[in-house]
Amino acid sequence: MKMPRARLLDGLLTWPDLSWPLVYRVFCRNLLVFSRTWQANLMFNFVEPVIYLWALGFGLGVYVNRIQGLPYVNFLAPALIASSSMFATTYEMTYGSYTRMTVQKIFHSIVATPVSMDDVVLGEILYGAFKGVLYGLVFLVVVALFGLVKSFWALLAPVPIALMVTVFSVLSMIWTSIAPGFDSFGYFFTLLITPMFFFSGVFFPVDTLPAGIRLIAWFMPLYHAVEVVRPLILGTAGWAVAGHLAWLAIVALLTIRIPLVMVKNRLIQ
Amino acid sequence: MNVDQQREPVILASKLVKKYGDFEAVKGVDFAVRLGECFGLLGPNGAGKTSIVRMIYGFSPVTAGSLKIFGEDIMSRPRAIKARMGVVPQDDDLDPALSVRENMIVYAGYFQIGKDLARKRTEEILTFMDLMDKIDEPVENLSGGLKRRLALGRGLINQPELLLLDEPTTGLDPYARHLVWQRLRKLKEDGATMLLTTHYMDEASQLCDRLIIVFQGEIVEEGQPGALVERHLGREALELGIGHYPDSLFSDSEHMIRSRQRMGDDLVLFTDHGLELMERVSEQASRQQITLRYRRLRPSNLEDVFLQLTGEPLREDAPGPLDGRQGEGSVEDAQSTPA
Repeated sequence: MKMPRARLLDGLLTWPDLSWPLVYRVFCRNLLVFSRTWQANLMFNFVEPVIYLWALGFGLGVYVNRIQGLPYVNFLAPALIASSSMFATTYEMTYGSYTRMTVQKIFHSIVATPVSMDDVVLGEILYGAFKGVLYGLVFLVVVALFGLVKSFWALLAPVPIALMVTVFSVLSMIWTSIAPGFDSFGYFFTLLITPMFFFSGVFFPVDTLPAGIRLIAWFMPLYHAVEVVRPLILGTAGWAVAGHLAWLAIVALLTIRIPLVMVKNRLIQ
Repeated sequence: MNVDQQREPVILASKLVKKYGDFEAVKGVDFAVRLGECFGLLGPNGAGKTSIVRMIYGFSPVTAGSLKIFGEDIMSRPRAIKARMGVVPQDDDLDPALSVRENMIVYAGYFQIGKDLARKRTEEILTFMDLMDKIDEPVENLSGGLKRRLALGRGLINQPELLLLDEPTTGLDPYARHLVWQRLRKLKEDGATMLLTTHYMDEASQLCDRLIIVFQGEIVEEGQPGALVERHLGREALELGIGHYPDSLFSDSEHMIRSRQRMGDDLVLFTDHGLELMERVSEQASRQQITLRYRRLRPSNLEDVFLQLTGEPLREDAPGPLDGRQGEGSVEDAQSTPA
């Protein structure tokens, strides 16, 4: 059945039909499934940043003098907390959500009950965000065990992480809502997530980039999260973090309605 | 007018329309489902049955016309209406990541049923559906028939006043179908109001008090299953294995034939005088040296009505909605048309 382009965003300016207790039920459904597989799940998403930490922090780091006056591993580790969260959320909200939406028809079965489609999608987004925060926390513990946490301000790291993963949850869900199949997620990661991983100040400060690319970094959620998480871990946070937090919060608020209407417009005809 | 009819219908559709872009899947249908009845929605694949069901449970928006469930507009109060309804969808959409029990409990959560009550009902329903020995089995290990029983059981978790069943036995083996039918009959005896879509005519005859036949988005007939057969065809069907035949074959039996239908290589005659018709036709056949490959007399059924209404009628003046619309009749059909 053909679907005119304009329909994608139909209802964008309407108020969502939300019932918070039911949003929570959708969230709990995913949590229940996660509770079944969390060990395997957590390992999978956790090993990768540890490898980066070892290989780059302790391997490459030997050859890198100092970045911003820090040993390389101290510079790198806090940012890997943020990127680890980013990957957890984006995987969940692309492959995971797409499976629930299409193959398993979970969304369809839920909306036959008093739950609305808006409840379902928001429940998904919150779950994706939750997963990102959880993975970030686990990695924070790893970083602390390596002795790389320098301040109690690190306890506030979940705040920027939560804002950032909400943005990623929303972005991924938007992609999922128009994805024709699993293959299309390859584009999402190759074109969006991987470049973000490399150019958001995780491995080197964005100041070293040419001015044009530095501007692009400003549009990347990961960059803003890194700019907050790193000073918190290192205990050097100043007022500058407020701007980055505001950027994340505003983007999350401005975009959250979009995946709700897009999924609805895809599934409901 | 009896008491049931005076009461407000559970489902009331008037001039109900569903469009997908330019395609009109449901073209202004009117029907009412009364309290305590099992109402059938029959039609071939793509007739518009699922579109109607999806509008009833608030999944698809109504394009035009009105659809009232429990006296309220489904578009304006979907949550309240859905809370009183049980849905057993056509596609298997059980939660494959969860066990049988968890499917029930999690689904109960969507109705905000408390944990204790949900547990209690889950055991009751699984006992009723004969699934207790599978209670901790992951859903993906269940056979098609068991999954369908679980889907039906899941639809009962909120003790619905209205149960929607979209092709509840499609794809099941005969044994599994009968198990599902048994349970549905039991629910019916307990006074459940049900709306059932199917393209199995035997299913409709078994379960439905009343039904509508939907074809290309329109209602082409409605009534009680038995009455429909009686009205359109007569009690019996005489199947004859016969290709070309002269009209003189029926020279002394024409008055007994209520209707004819070509089904593949067979000719089916509908009548209220089956034995006599069979004798006369056989006699004429041997007299005129026409070979009858075989003959069989059987009770006529809804399937026949359905073919009569939605398939190509044998005679151009046959009753049915396709009058004047066909034109793809085979040469054979054209030749066999009586003058």
